[in-house]
Amino acid sequence: MAPSCGTGNHPSSLIPRLFIRRLGSIKAGESLSQECDDSNFQVLDFPGGKVNFSSELRFLSESPLERISCYRVLDDYGQIISASNFQQVRKEIALKMYSDMVTLQTMDTIFYEAQRQGRISFYVTTIGEEAINIASAAALSIDDIVIPQYREPGVLLWRGFTLQEFANHNFGNKYDSGKGRQMPVHYGCNKLNYFTVSSTIATQIPHAVGVAFALKMDKKNACAITYFGDGGTSEGDFHAALNFAAVMEVPVIFFCRNNGWAISTPTTEQFRSDGAVIRGQAYGIRSIRVDGNDALAVYNAVHAAREMAISECRPILVEALTYRAGHHSTSDDSTKYRPLDEIEHWRTARDPVSRYRKWIEGNGWWNDEVELNLRSNVRKELLQAIQAAEKTEKPALAELFTDVYDQVPSNLREQEKLLRETIKEHPGDYPPDVPV
Amino acid sequence: MAGALQAATAALLSSTPLKTYGSYRLRLGSAPRSLAGRKGSFLVVRSDAGFGSGSNARTRPGKLIPNAVATKPDASSSSTSSKPGHELLLFEALREGLDEEMARDPRVCVMGEDVGHYGGSYKVTKGLADKYGDLRVLDTPIAENSFTGMGIGAAMTGLRPVVEGMNMGFLLLAFNQISNNCGMLHYTSGGQFTIPIVIRGPGGVGRQLGAEHSQRLESYFQSIPGLQMVACSTPYNAKGLMKAAIRSENSSCALRALYLLFGGGGDGAPGEHVTILTYSRMRYHVMQAAKTLVNKGYDPEVIDIRSLKPFDLYTIGNSIKKHTPRLQSAIIKEFWDYLDAPIKCLSSQDVPTPYAGTLEDCTVVQPAEIVKAVEDLCK
Repeated sequence: MAPSCGTGNHPSSLIPRLFIRRLGSIKAGESLSQECDDSNFQVLDFPGGKVNFSSELRFLSESPLERISCYRVLDDYGQIISASNFQQVRKEIALKMYSDMVTLQTMDTIFYEAQRQGRISFYVTTIGEEAINIASAAALSIDDIVIPQYREPGVLLWRGFTLQEFANHNFGNKYDSGKGRQMPVHYGCNKLNYFTVSSTIATQIPHAVGVAFALKMDKKNACAITYFGDGGTSEGDFHAALNFAAVMEVPVIFFCRNNGWAISTPTTEQFRSDGAVIRGQAYGIRSIRVDGNDALAVYNAVHAAREMAISECRPILVEALTYRAGHHSTSDDSTKYRPLDEIEHWRTARDPVSRYRKWIEGNGWWNDEVELNLRSNVRKELLQAIQAAEKTEKPALAELFTDVYDQVPSNLREQEKLLRETIKEHPGDYPPDVPV
Repeated sequence: MAGALQAATAALLSSTPLKTYGSYRLRLGSAPRSLAGRKGSFLVVRSDAGFGSGSNARTRPGKLIPNAVATKPDASSSSTSSKPGHELLLFEALREGLDEEMARDPRVCVMGEDVGHYGGSYKVTKGLADKYGDLRVLDTPIAENSFTGMGIGAAMTGLRPVVEGMNMGFLLLAFNQISNNCGMLHYTSGGQFTIPIVIRGPGGVGRQLGAEHSQRLESYFQSIPGLQMVACSTPYNAKGLMKAAIRSENSSCALRALYLLFGGGGDGAPGEHVTILTYSRMRYHVMQAAKTLVNKGYDPEVIDIRSLKPFDLYTIGNSIKKHTPRLQSAIIKEFWDYLDAPIKCLSSQDVPTPYAGTLEDCTVVQPAEIVKAVEDLCK
């Protein structure tokens, strides 16, 4: 594995790299000398370094002649594109990837139905982005820290979060690792290095820079990875986080799921740049655009990004083009703002799961019978998990007041006391299934 | 809870006591022990003392006894710490506290604008970058919400960052991260992630810094659950609060006054007529007013509350004068039976702080205003 960031034992050994860059920019007082390398080109020193002069009044175009091309390994029929530059995936990994993609798809269908039936209050699907979720997770190590937005439960699934754990969280019962305090799909798991989802858009991006900073300080052989959508790239936090990461040279992967829609806002109304990838260079960040519905392409891109991030201690931007085939959430009906046939097209002809399936079948690693068994087993396990989660007690009342601070302060203790007394005196006004 | 923070402050200070700068040149070595030893404050139940009961105002001749309030009488007379104190200005005290904590725990780091080789806009981090390196004393680009967010992520991964805002007003930009993540993620993650971050900076009215740099934002931050907030007012409590905040497992917001008068000395003696609660810069105005009041025959008791969230209601006790409406309602709620007069709250006018020095002075509560308010209350 590549060596971790930094050399030497003392943080001050990192000073030279930062220091030199800083010195480079503090030349202001000195030379404003003009050197003539060539009678047509003059070079001048300004803060920030030397630049060539030009006598041509020329503006950079607002858009490049061609859009940045998209890295792909599998074609639409699941065949390896012959010229493709990629790393072969081991069979066990390849099969686990497919199995987890199917599990994620099934999980989404069933939890969505559960919400429609009123059994859970809210849900967010990942339909169309299964390859992004699973393949990127597969390319990371368990020590890499994940700072998600909210459409990446597949990463948690890959790392070992069980269906029962997903269900416990969505039902907000006492086994939920979040202790029932958040809405469904706001998963978080410390031991799997997956930060708890926070609803606010793009706030996780600077968090990831902080995580990477900590990893760099501790010289860990690991990186941070954060996910966000096309909409998230409009937030100020996106801009500043990328800038910081570049200046501070920290090992973080910025993964943009450009799925075409931010609730009802299409990308044409979100930005005028060529997607998110083009912005990387503006911050001094190495970037790549990848076909997000191609599991092998995503796997390869993240694998390479991780190597660079850790060995060179730098941020990398990965933009995965994809399509949000489901609604934004259970509170949304996307047929209101986009055509039904467009949605159908992406769900069927462009489905990442069936495309990848064709590839593993082509390798002789998969067949219809195995497929049927897998889907039916996952479905059964999920339904059982849901039933169990639904029956489980909710978190105890005391958990309303814990974890606000490290220890429960006196004002909260008083509030708890008052609440308990009120419940005792008016039990009919409170839900019966909250253990007091 | 606030008691815990105060006690921690006290314990941390007892090893390196400071003097406050000014005409009293007091040794406050006794203060830590008294704070640490305090259980219930003897201020609390004073129903017999007759606060502000008009013509029965008892006079007590003049001298302010400069000990920390809320001391047990025996503790205040105990000898000071055996180690000699040294004089420091407030920013030096903050730096000393920060330096000690950084030396003690390699996870402590600082991030903010100009904190590194420049040494900080108010020199709180001067020399620290040379000592601990560029990475631990990190210069950030100008994006408050984002470097606060960065601090949160680092804290969740095990570091103990101190985020310095150049001015507390700039932290309005960071409000999203502070209120939605800082105060919240420990709770919403089910206790899986802690965020031991300290967000500090100068705030309030300074000396003609203009409206945008003179914001008083305490109330905004007070409404964030999960956040602790303290305000220092002397070099002594500044150092202690800095250390305590860094060691706390909770997210802390540490305010300091932009502009302090010197000569504040210690807190006032226990008084019988009226309790004046204050914090940060107002402490000095109150102390001046208290001197005037004593000369006029009143017996005021001054408490520098230091902890703004949660309030240290234990120390505060009964009838009070205070600055923010929040504390007033908490006090009314807790101590209604003990109040002999309505609480009076003095705070600056509800206007953007003007630039002209004369106008600015009028927006800040001046000692004369405090004296008048006490006189009105005690009529």
